[in-house]
Amino acid sequence: MADQSIEPILAKSATQGASAIPAPVVVVAVPKFRRPRRMGHLLEQEHILAGALLAPTLVILTLFIAYPFVLGIWLAVSDKVVGRPGNFVGLQNFWVNLNDTIFLRAFQNTFVYTFIATILKLALGMGAALLLNHHFRFKRIVRAGMLLPWIVPTVLSTLAWQWMFDATFSVFNWTLMNVGLISQRILWLGDGTMAMGCLILVNVWRGMPFFAITLLAGLQTVNPDLHEAAEIDGANAWQRFWRVTLPLIKPIMLVVVLFSMIATFADFQLIYVLTRGGPYSSTHVFGTYAYEIAMRAAKLGQGASISLSLFPFLLAVIVFQLWYIRRSD
Amino acid sequence: MAAPRYGSPLKRAVTFYIPLVLMVGLTLFPFYWMVITSIRPDVELYNVKANPFFTLYPTLKHFHDLFELTMFARWAWNTLFIAVVSTAISLFCGLLAGYALARLQFRWASPLGTMIFVTYLVPPTLLFIPLGDVVKAFGIGDTPWAVILTYPTFLIPFCTWLLMGYFKTIPREIEECARIDGASRIQAMVRISFPLAVPGILSAGIFAFTLSWNEFLYALVFLSSPQQKTIPIGVFTELVRGDVFYWGPLMAGALLGSIPVALVYSFFVEHYVTALTGAVKG
Repeated sequence: MADQSIEPILAKSATQGASAIPAPVVVVAVPKFRRPRRMGHLLEQEHILAGALLAPTLVILTLFIAYPFVLGIWLAVSDKVVGRPGNFVGLQNFWVNLNDTIFLRAFQNTFVYTFIATILKLALGMGAALLLNHHFRFKRIVRAGMLLPWIVPTVLSTLAWQWMFDATFSVFNWTLMNVGLISQRILWLGDGTMAMGCLILVNVWRGMPFFAITLLAGLQTVNPDLHEAAEIDGANAWQRFWRVTLPLIKPIMLVVVLFSMIATFADFQLIYVLTRGGPYSSTHVFGTYAYEIAMRAAKLGQGASISLSLFPFLLAVIVFQLWYIRRSD
Repeated sequence: MAAPRYGSPLKRAVTFYIPLVLMVGLTLFPFYWMVITSIRPDVELYNVKANPFFTLYPTLKHFHDLFELTMFARWAWNTLFIAVVSTAISLFCGLLAGYALARLQFRWASPLGTMIFVTYLVPPTLLFIPLGDVVKAFGIGDTPWAVILTYPTFLIPFCTWLLMGYFKTIPREIEECARIDGASRIQAMVRISFPLAVPGILSAGIFAFTLSWNEFLYALVFLSSPQQKTIPIGVFTELVRGDVFYWGPLMAGALLGSIPVALVYSFFVEHYVTALTGAVKG
């Protein structure tokens, strides 16, 4: 009975193995993974099973990530506009970008926005995590409420901020004027520097909870005994934070920072909703400027070259992150 | 980490309660602003003198306008449908892929795992222009399927990564026991490992649902007719005309669009936090 059921499987898996993997080298290599008490045909099945389980994911990622990525590179070196096939133009689009003052401004803005916002999110997120690590009443509710800016659709909360920054009806202006701190309205989104400050503020407001909650998870893994030991040795609270807590949560901190940097670097919605890159194209970042050129001016090739300009920086961060994960494994 | 101890109540107030109240206040103020704006009459909203922090004449007119003058109900349905279907697709793919990468031994396990992690970090901003062409080429432009099929590009890597980590925490021996008792490879996977991964699946699902509910760029680019829009796109494009903002209905829409995710989140906050931190730890 047992032999009867095993034999067809063996025969089947042998033929499948032969058709799926033509190179005999692979068939020889398979027993390397063989665990004791496992039969050869089961290993074959595991190999095939893995292929079957991964197939849907690979199909979707190939169609909607790998293929568009290649297509994006082609668009970036073509002069394609909406409704007309493009011709190969080499690196001309990139050359145009380098001579475009708005692009250069967007380039600079992207870095300023990313670095300032990330540093502020880290500092405030760490502060919030340390506060939430205390025991107090309503802790669960406070912790849950803290995450709200991160949960709700960014577009919708950014619209609320836009209304708060309104040129005429800003609640900040109303308050400051009634307190007597200012006599004239502040135009929050009126000039490039001011608007960039507001963008960073909203980004920090939105992203800080992510830092706080993840760092809090990190803090909770720190063994309290270490703190007690340091306290007995005479370390004050500040020293205990720098010398005990920080080194222990450094790995998780680094990963959070890298994740956040990628997201901030590639941000689109917050800036597009709050300023649309204005006033006078002074607050564009890569994402919004690519959208402006590709979707509004219909220059797909030029737009693709702008969004592809994100890639080297993303790649650097990703490579660093992979290297770091490998090392800590 | 042990909670620090404090000497006097004054010191505790200065170093703890005041910062805490400030933090919570600043975090939640914009939501208060949404609520108060959505119920204040226009006469008050557009009066520079009126105290903007509360109203004595609350009204539901803005909500009425929102449903009468825009297709808000339709957008809400679209958003829900898109979020549910793309989450289901992503969970299905991510569950299978996560299991394969965590449990099965095959030659490409490690490079494929890395590849999926890298796609997890590819932002929509990089791909939306060529993806627009792909969506058109498939003939699904301006239909829900344009986003249902593209959201999984960032949801599947996330789900896979999270569930892979989850499967690694389930002892291999449990499945091996089932195998010895005569279960086939697939039976052991479906009957033993998948049920044990339910908390992980729930975490991934809730996170994926909120991500697709909130998505903006793909929906903005791929959906153009008013009846196809999702809430974030509809509110932003149909209630802002050039320089004219309909602030009352805008904030009413923002509030109603935020409530469902906030509700889902409040019921499953622990799972959400697990997903958030699990995704980072990898």
